[in-house]
Amino acid sequence: MTDVQTPVDIEASLAGRKLTHGKLPRYTPMAVFVGSLVLVGGLLAVLGSFSIPLTVFLGVLLHAVVLLVVTRMVEGGRAAKDRLATTLMYSAFGLALIPLISLMWTVLQNGLKRFDLYFLTYTMRGVFGGMDAGGAYHAIIGTLEITLFATLISVPIGLLTAVYLVEYGPTRLGKAITFFVDVMTGIPSIVAGLFAYALFVLFFGPGVRMGVVGSVALSVLMIPVVVRATEEMLKLVPNELREAAYALGVPKWLTIVKVVLRTAAAGIVTGVMLAIARIIGETAPLLLTVGVVNSANFDLFDGRMMTLPVYVYRQYSQGFAPNGITTINYDRAWAAALTLILIVMLLFAVARLVSRFFAPKTGRR
Amino acid sequence: MAKRLDIKDLNIYYSDFLAVEGVSMAVEPRAVTAFIGPSGCGKSTVIRSLNRMHEVIPGARIEGSIALDGENLYAREVDPVRVRRQIGMVFQRPNPFPTMSIHANVIAGMKLNNKRMSKKQADEIVERSLRGANLWNEVKDRLNRPGSSLSGGQQQRLCIARAIAVQPDVLLMDEPCSALDPISTLAIEDLIGELKQDYTIVIVTHNMQQAARVSDRTAFFNLAGVGQPGRLIEMDATEKIFSNPTEKATEDYISGRFG
Ligand SMILES: Nc1ncnc2c1ncn2[C@@H]1O[C@H](COP(=O)(O)OP(=O)(O)O)[C@@H](O)[C@H]1O
Ligand SMILES: [Mg+2]
Repeated sequence: MTDVQTPVDIEASLAGRKLTHGKLPRYTPMAVFVGSLVLVGGLLAVLGSFSIPLTVFLGVLLHAVVLLVVTRMVEGGRAAKDRLATTLMYSAFGLALIPLISLMWTVLQNGLKRFDLYFLTYTMRGVFGGMDAGGAYHAIIGTLEITLFATLISVPIGLLTAVYLVEYGPTRLGKAITFFVDVMTGIPSIVAGLFAYALFVLFFGPGVRMGVVGSVALSVLMIPVVVRATEEMLKLVPNELREAAYALGVPKWLTIVKVVLRTAAAGIVTGVMLAIARIIGETAPLLLTVGVVNSANFDLFDGRMMTLPVYVYRQYSQGFAPNGITTINYDRAWAAALTLILIVMLLFAVARLVSRFFAPKTGRR
Repeated sequence: MAKRLDIKDLNIYYSDFLAVEGVSMAVEPRAVTAFIGPSGCGKSTVIRSLNRMHEVIPGARIEGSIALDGENLYAREVDPVRVRRQIGMVFQRPNPFPTMSIHANVIAGMKLNNKRMSKKQADEIVERSLRGANLWNEVKDRLNRPGSSLSGGQQQRLCIARAIAVQPDVLLMDEPCSALDPISTLAIEDLIGELKQDYTIVIVTHNMQQAARVSDRTAFFNLAGVGQPGRLIEMDATEKIFSNPTEKATEDYISGRFG
């Protein structure tokens, strides 16, 4: 220390280091928000151009500016920036929610018209024109079976590939596999469908239509997603746990099965669910490989099957009915879309429970 | 139980990098051998080569021989998995399995190897091992709680219980107390004193008082310089090392005149 501070200097520097500063009441942001909305709404109403989106948009803008200025004056610059960032984040969140909520709303509004037990338990067999009948039972069966079988194909392959990539090191083969998995992620779904069709034509001749062809097409799309998700989860397992198992004289394969996969299980389940959600709505490859049918077919290995996305497409493309309930095709399409969304939600709920069961137990009490 | 280790002309590599060179020493049974030395001199590397954990790292290999009661651990027909069943290890950071309860953690060595045993046998092993690790009284009422619900010191003792549950001949500990508070450290030092009745123990420590307190023999490792491999400077009875070492470097290190 060469230059010694005089006491006066210290006092001067302490003056700028007060621990307290002005504080707005806690309800300020809410009050400003409501105030802005009311003000903007009232102003627009007076001008005769009131509309909800415009009110919200301008209201949020006003809210941000007012809050920024008020906070800056009372609490200082850093708090003002904090408030601004908070406003931005809530706005982004709201913006992201708009399409989601609007989608759910539309599907519910249109789908509920025909969504009932009858719809879920009857097929389209013998239904024509604007008949007040017909359901999606056959399509639900088809979607569940084809998706389940695609999962049965994809999960073992994807899991083992990820285990190889993470546990057996970055060999040249591993790098090649990673590259091809990345390429696979980008395969257009219609190409996957054509591939599966061409593959089965080799064995069954042209014109083959079977549920399993669709499963193969879907698993081409699903495998890279499972590999990627599982790989990330396996990488998160700390090396210390592998070493702990090795040090107990546990062979590598048992360590992988009982420690690594077990520790990552919760994440892997979630990853698999995301992969299923990714493929369950695929339409083009199924239209190509599985075709269209009006009655229930439980046999994956024989003949055409209906699936929910294809059902939606099929109903919608038929347009208005010439007689009876003229909008029936549209109504069925929406109800099937609602069914598909509900199936996905149900799957996610189950996955949540399963991964909670598998999750590493932490927490002290 | 409790076998001796004879290390001869050990060179240890990480790929092309020679980390430790020319180590020869004997580790006596039913005694505590301490490894001391500055950071990076290769203590962990040496101790990990004693149960063939070193080769788990890609590209890692050794030259020379390590014999357990006369049997070369690195002979071609030796299975490293069997070596690790006889030579247990406790790591610097406690690493209980997060998906397992305390009970399951203790018998992890058997469970992960698919060894069948009755509930009664399992309970016996758990109690014996936890008593052995001085943890029984603290956890006996919550054996089904996750292992990660324990404090750091308790977790480390749980890891010791897990290591002794498989009844190894040798127990290796790499800085087992460096992440712990003084009270937990004391508990583990007491434990080491008891365990040496039955086991051959090798402990790496940064703490010279700890080496002096718990060990019978002490090995001092050092680096000749940056980028040079670590070497064993001298090994002797602990009192001798701490009162009257032969080598100047040892004396400098233990008296704090090092570096
Ligand atoms: N996984 C590894 N890969 C390459 N070099 C390593 C690895 N682990 C340790 N080393 C090197 O080996 C030398 C000895 O390290 P280590 O045995 O950990 O020392 P200590 O335990 O005595 O502090 C150091 O030079 C270190 O950089
Ligand atoms: Mg170390």
